[in-house]
Amino acid sequence: MEENQLKTNYTLMKNCRALVIGGSAGSLEVLLRVFPDLREDLPFSIIIVVHRKQGTDFLLADLISKKTKLEVKEAEEKEKIMVGTVYLAPSDYHLLIERDGSFSLDYSEKINYSRPSIDVTFQSAAEVYEEGLVCLLLSGSNADGVNGLITVNSYGGQTAVQDPESAQVDYMPAQAIARAEVNRILKIEEMAAYINSLA
Amino acid sequence: MAQLTAISDEQVEILIGDVLEQYGYDFTGYSRASLKRRVLRLYGLDKQVSFAEFRYRIISDNGYFKRFVEQITVNVTEMFRDPGFYRTLRTEVLPNLGTYPFIRIWLAGCSTGEEAYSIAILLKELSLLQKSLIYATDINPTVLEKAAQGLFPLSQMKQYSENYIASGGPQDFSSYYSANYSLAKFDSDLKEKMIFSTHNLVSDHSFNEFQLILCRNVLIYFDRELQYKVLQLFDSSLDNLGYLALGTKETVDFSPISKHYKRLGTEKIWRKTS
Repeated sequence: MEENQLKTNYTLMKNCRALVIGGSAGSLEVLLRVFPDLREDLPFSIIIVVHRKQGTDFLLADLISKKTKLEVKEAEEKEKIMVGTVYLAPSDYHLLIERDGSFSLDYSEKINYSRPSIDVTFQSAAEVYEEGLVCLLLSGSNADGVNGLITVNSYGGQTAVQDPESAQVDYMPAQAIARAEVNRILKIEEMAAYINSLA
Repeated sequence: MAQLTAISDEQVEILIGDVLEQYGYDFTGYSRASLKRRVLRLYGLDKQVSFAEFRYRIISDNGYFKRFVEQITVNVTEMFRDPGFYRTLRTEVLPNLGTYPFIRIWLAGCSTGEEAYSIAILLKELSLLQKSLIYATDINPTVLEKAAQGLFPLSQMKQYSENYIASGGPQDFSSYYSANYSLAKFDSDLKEKMIFSTHNLVSDHSFNEFQLILCRNVLIYFDRELQYKVLQLFDSSLDNLGYLALGTKETVDFSPISKHYKRLGTEKIWRKTS
């Protein structure tokens, strides 16, 4: 099983251009455990979409940037997306990716009771990065992100989820495993090595 | 390139070309990722089965074109959204404008009117409403009709009341409306000083001089070039020492007008300095 998963990883993923990580309840703790072990020279962009209360943007960026040497910042509208940078979706806006490799923000209806919606960013990234995309879905209590993973699959990108058994709230990754084709199921302690291997 | 969505990028471009040619509505400067999502959403909502039929309906059916515009533009808004912003209007911007004999306010992209009523409430509480005029404009005639009615879902009032209190509102928020089945009907004296009109920021010109222009969460849907063009339109419509207010994630920084504008504190409000 383990061997098989690794093989899939190395054969599919040659040119990762972006890693999008989605999560909800229980995902912050995972991020804080994974980031210290990430390589500092990752040659792709990391985009994080997590559900949270309005007005906590600064706090989240601050928490994560204390755990990594990578640059961590809130994604700004029309900003050019750079490699080796970690972007956070601002609260209360959907985050989309444009064909020219820049961000757009959108204040349209909530999706899955969520804004930012993980589905929206996964789907938008899938269209732009196609097989150069990896999406990772973490702990959470609703199914936002699952439809996005299905889209990522169909564009040839790679999908991974947190092992539901290791998740504080297993509903989100469990739904993903039930409904989408998930390429990798990762325990928290396996995530950093997996992400580093995408380089 | 994989084509897995019901409508491709190229087909979105075809629609943009159609509505420009047929109706004179110019969406060429809109950010494509969001626009495409809206088009796909409408296609799904209306259970369209082929792009060709969808396209034909938009070109040939004026009523459906109205729906197209209404659905691809985002009309999500709320009263007293971003309480800190309204607090700054209440404590700084409006008292300052209150020293003028007359206050003209342009609310560009007013959607269904929630912001217009919020501002009217502020003006009333500052005893400035009688000498003010709020020009509330939108690209979309349907939302303006809604805005003019002053009817909002009663279910939203709890949230709006919380926003209002957080923004420093001193009154009982429910004193501004009467419950009417599932709707809250706002007092008609609030809309006495509102003028609703269609205005397309892409193609229409300046129509007056204002002391305060608010345009929140509209520029995010435009590309940089169109953003700059619209900011210049605002600049040419704003009195010296007037105020320009944008959405939480929007800015005049880096734009051609930035050197004439000074930001007020931490809110997205700028004052024209020369």
